[in-house]
Amino acid sequence: MATPHVLVLRAPGANCDEEAAFAFELAGATVERIHVNAVRENPRKLQSAQILAVPGGFSYGDDVAAGKVLALQFRHFLSDALRQFRDDEKLILGICNGFQTLLKAGLLIPPDEDGPLATLGFNESGKFEDRWVHLQATPGRCPFLKGIDRLHVPVAHGEGNFVCRKEYIVRGLSQAGQVVLRYASADGRRGGYPVNPNGSQDDIAGVCDVTGRVLGLMPHPERHIFPTQHPQWTRHGLKPEGEGLQVFRNAVEFFKE
Amino acid sequence: MLWELEIRPKGRDGERERVCDEFDLLTHAQRGGELVAASARGFLLEGDLGEADLERLASEVLVDPLVESGEVRLAGARTGDYYTVLLKPGVMDPVAQTVLDVARMLKTPVVAVRTFRRYYGPADLPPADRDVLFRKVLANDAIEQIVVGPVRADHLGLGSAYTFRLVTVPLTGLDADGLVRLSKEGVLALTPDEMKAVQAHFRSQGREPTDCELETIAQTWSEHCSHKTLRGTIHLTDTSTGRTRTYKNLLKETVFAATQEIRTRLGAADWCVSVFSDNAGVVAFDDNYHICMKVETHNHPSAIEPYGGANTGLGGVIRDPLGTGMGAKPVCNTDVFCFASPDFPPDQLPQGVLHPRRVMRGVVAGVRDYGNRMGIPTVSGAILFDDRYLANPLVFCGTVGLIPKDKAFKEPKPGDLIVAVGGRTGRDGIHGATFSSLELTHESETVSGGAVQIGNAITEKKVLDVLLQARDRGLFNAITDCGAGGFSSAVGEMGAEIGAVVDLENAPLKYDGLSYTEIWISESQERMILAVPREKLAALMALCAAEEVEAAVLGTFEPTGRLKLRFHGNTVADIDMHFLHDGRPVIERNAEFSPMRNAECGMRNQNPQSTAVLESAIRNPQSALLAILANYSVASKEWVIRQYDHEVQGGSVVKPLVGVANDGPSDAAVLMPVLGSWTGVAVGCGLNPRYGDLDPYHMAAAAIDEAVRNVVAVGADPTRTAILDNFCWGNVTDPRTLGALVRTAEACRDVAVAFGTPFISGKDSLNNTYTGKTGERLDIPHTLLVSALGRVPDVRTCVTMDLKEPGNDLYLVGVTRSELGGSHFHLVTGQAGGDPPRVDVDFAPKVFAGVHAAIAGGLVRACHDLSEGGLAVAVAEMAFAGGIGVDVTDLAKLPGAETEADEVRLFSESTTRFLIEARPGNAAALRACLAGLPVVRVGTTVSDPRLRVAGSNGEWLIWVKLSDLKEAWQKPLRW
Repeated sequence: MATPHVLVLRAPGANCDEEAAFAFELAGATVERIHVNAVRENPRKLQSAQILAVPGGFSYGDDVAAGKVLALQFRHFLSDALRQFRDDEKLILGICNGFQTLLKAGLLIPPDEDGPLATLGFNESGKFEDRWVHLQATPGRCPFLKGIDRLHVPVAHGEGNFVCRKEYIVRGLSQAGQVVLRYASADGRRGGYPVNPNGSQDDIAGVCDVTGRVLGLMPHPERHIFPTQHPQWTRHGLKPEGEGLQVFRNAVEFFKE
Repeated sequence: MLWELEIRPKGRDGERERVCDEFDLLTHAQRGGELVAASARGFLLEGDLGEADLERLASEVLVDPLVESGEVRLAGARTGDYYTVLLKPGVMDPVAQTVLDVARMLKTPVVAVRTFRRYYGPADLPPADRDVLFRKVLANDAIEQIVVGPVRADHLGLGSAYTFRLVTVPLTGLDADGLVRLSKEGVLALTPDEMKAVQAHFRSQGREPTDCELETIAQTWSEHCSHKTLRGTIHLTDTSTGRTRTYKNLLKETVFAATQEIRTRLGAADWCVSVFSDNAGVVAFDDNYHICMKVETHNHPSAIEPYGGANTGLGGVIRDPLGTGMGAKPVCNTDVFCFASPDFPPDQLPQGVLHPRRVMRGVVAGVRDYGNRMGIPTVSGAILFDDRYLANPLVFCGTVGLIPKDKAFKEPKPGDLIVAVGGRTGRDGIHGATFSSLELTHESETVSGGAVQIGNAITEKKVLDVLLQARDRGLFNAITDCGAGGFSSAVGEMGAEIGAVVDLENAPLKYDGLSYTEIWISESQERMILAVPREKLAALMALCAAEEVEAAVLGTFEPTGRLKLRFHGNTVADIDMHFLHDGRPVIERNAEFSPMRNAECGMRNQNPQSTAVLESAIRNPQSALLAILANYSVASKEWVIRQYDHEVQGGSVVKPLVGVANDGPSDAAVLMPVLGSWTGVAVGCGLNPRYGDLDPYHMAAAAIDEAVRNVVAVGADPTRTAILDNFCWGNVTDPRTLGALVRTAEACRDVAVAFGTPFISGKDSLNNTYTGKTGERLDIPHTLLVSALGRVPDVRTCVTMDLKEPGNDLYLVGVTRSELGGSHFHLVTGQAGGDPPRVDVDFAPKVFAGVHAAIAGGLVRACHDLSEGGLAVAVAEMAFAGGIGVDVTDLAKLPGAETEADEVRLFSESTTRFLIEARPGNAAALRACLAGLPVVRVGTTVSDPRLRVAGSNGEWLIWVKLSDLKEAWQKPLRW
């Protein structure tokens, strides 16, 4: 396989689709932005792609709860197609609203008989916030994060507070290697607000499914692909590229190996 | 059957905390906690539904069991003491709409949905508490209603069928008084002369107008849509000399004329593309794109319903670039607000006026929710506090758009179909155009409720997505937005040169019961009008359907020169386009001014401080510096900025917050709107109404200087910087108030021409005045906002204002004069009078060019413009933003201030000045860039985290830790 094809899923209110598509293109993929209605009409369209990206934004206004309505569409109309996509050794990436969607659709952590195990609730600060955060990665088997130790990228959300139903579920996820990104300070230490910008349990910023091939994260790696996007580039000088680009390049490389 | 689903948070009850705090703040009491025991939210759901349906909806869709608990019951079935807040019928409820869509998707038979908020508290509230709690904390009368106890209803019916009846207005026989009464009672906002012109027109037609015709004329001729005062005749008298000069069209002869002169001077190098003719001003950007910008105000609606007013204000201005040329893609937003002090004593609020803290919270939330949902970064702005904005807060929203070079112009063709795209039409926003042209009174809350709206950003986002695709596929010939005046304005303007026939029953409605006139003048949000060639209609409709955007053919642009409206075949209006657009009598007004020198600056101190603090500030520059940093207008706006997504779309280069901790105040924002290209735009603004109290001419000059300074300071090319004007004025029937406006416009002309910075678009909002019950008036200060849009040739050369490293030189560029009039030093020390800053228009462009050359040449590590608080505040901000200390040792050498007192050197707000940090090795190259300009090395950067400033006597006037400076600056608005 040479060049993977990426579908960036648009939905009413998705709004980070163009920069996500640009990041994948910069990483060497071919990209098509496609509306969820078109995929619902013909789920076979998914077969043409190797990577599905659910971008940030406010799908359906985040009315009811963030990502909820798109998640319902996934569960009711695309469930089989998405499961097939993942089982075909393909990759799914959910950023911000995409993470909220994947989580609430049960694609990252399947629900048990008592319902969902985890959710993304309102930030503890009670408000939407845009700020840069440092992430500590524990990639495990998640191809998106291969070789990545630290990431400096922004968050911009009001509902990113990762909450599990029970404390032991958090530990279980961690032991299973599914907690792949945590908020940390610049020197790698854990800390309260604003190091952890939303109050997430165990400082969790991103999780993957048991296969590692489905990744959801609240921060925006696609907003740090150019060196000029770094908030302090005028202090430290321009790097060759932004740190977030490696996430997209890893996804492309996964299909070139 | 009507069901209710009540949802309570499992953990912290943030909404309860919010309302309790708000109550305590407004009453200076600590009883909020006793009055509100818990909060909830929920839904009323109507349909042929069983409990199982509801349980399923709750568990699968509406309740997140990990963080919430939900309870289902028949509406009104819960007894107990609580208050339920519901939107009034017809007010936009986007969440309810989504829930209805989801229920349909899940095949649950829900027919109607309403959202509610609920608060638990005692039923027998003391009347005084009840008034504060209900009217000022829990709900807003303009859009919401409160039900005490169970909500006993069995359906959510909305609107009843409308029975057609053609209404004509007997007008031709009225006398002068009758005409005035008709204008007032009909909220037409037409002057007696205009009413006479309408009367004469219909007398010549030998008939009475229909209500729809009269409304159409009133809307087209409204101040909001026609800018009749500033385009009218004004006689300006200088009362000190008695000399009078006359403008036949003030805007044309000042602001437009300046742009015309600059374009002529530039000749073949003219980079203006489309100015003052379309919904936004368009200028050249790079080989493939032009860039455009528009700034609007939404003041009156924001005064009554801050959230909805600001929400729809931003939603409205976003539609301006979208409706410019063949449609521009919005790439960033700006916001500038003027409020009264958040500390304003609640018991002194005039009747019908909301507390400024509530206004501010609502406005910020309104901009946040619309901008973030649209995916447009809000990158730049300002917030100013002055108690004269108490009854008339100002809300300016701007949008920058990117447009392919070959899509900058439009032309509707005869025979094109008139297609409405986007939101449905409801009764909301009726009389917005004429309402925004009236002054507010203590009754405005009740009489004008219909003019207040809530937006639905996702509807607009879907419209944006579809229209940019339709543009690139060539599916329409022209586009414009439905703003004030709704279809009337959009169709009337687009068809002005052709003629139009519209069948009003074709407009999709939110609910039954709208009359033909209401459909025509409704200002429902999120609607655009297209001129579509017949053969392209099918493709357009298919595109819209694919993305769930509603579109409807309203009529045709027919080459009749007339505006014909029909309702189910009945003609309800038939007006001559020529009369509609050119028939308005010219307004003639008198204005006067006297050059004010050392006039009393009649401003209240904004930060009420003890006399001891004031005296200490006068004697002690360090106290003055800390007091200015803590002034609400200067203080950190991080609380606001972080709530806006300022990085979406990925083009962010210089963020609104900069520095070692990402929290210093950037001069301007820079973004690269085309990902992968290094060409950028810088966006900044300038306004200083305090100078206008002393001299409006110099206020305007200073505002332009500040806006240009801001973008130059980050790296924009001053010779490729366009500017926009927004006049917000008080009662312009007062000749002195109007005189100040004329002087402001004259300054705009003079300074723009001298700077070579063309005005490309503008907007005015007049009559921002309040009349209380006893007739007392409260005018806003003369407020001119100047926005600047500067081109950055290569964003990789941009600089920020935070100091970068110790051991560098700090230079001051520009002349410092004794100009403390209207300054923040005077404000915090309680002084009045003095000279306001004046702009040396011959000298300023040379400074801009020199600073730009130095930045572009990579010689500058940090650059900050000097504005409120002068040198002292600028150096303090640079230092604490960078975490780098400074020793200012050469205060005595400031060019122009060699003989002045230290307080002048430190706090004068003289214009066209920059502080520049540069490495010692670049000193010679920097001086070469700035050759011939007044430049002095005022100090050096040091690693110790403190600011020291030596006075002329050699003693340290200021010696303060950076952490103390930063804390003073951050604390006031750390909400």
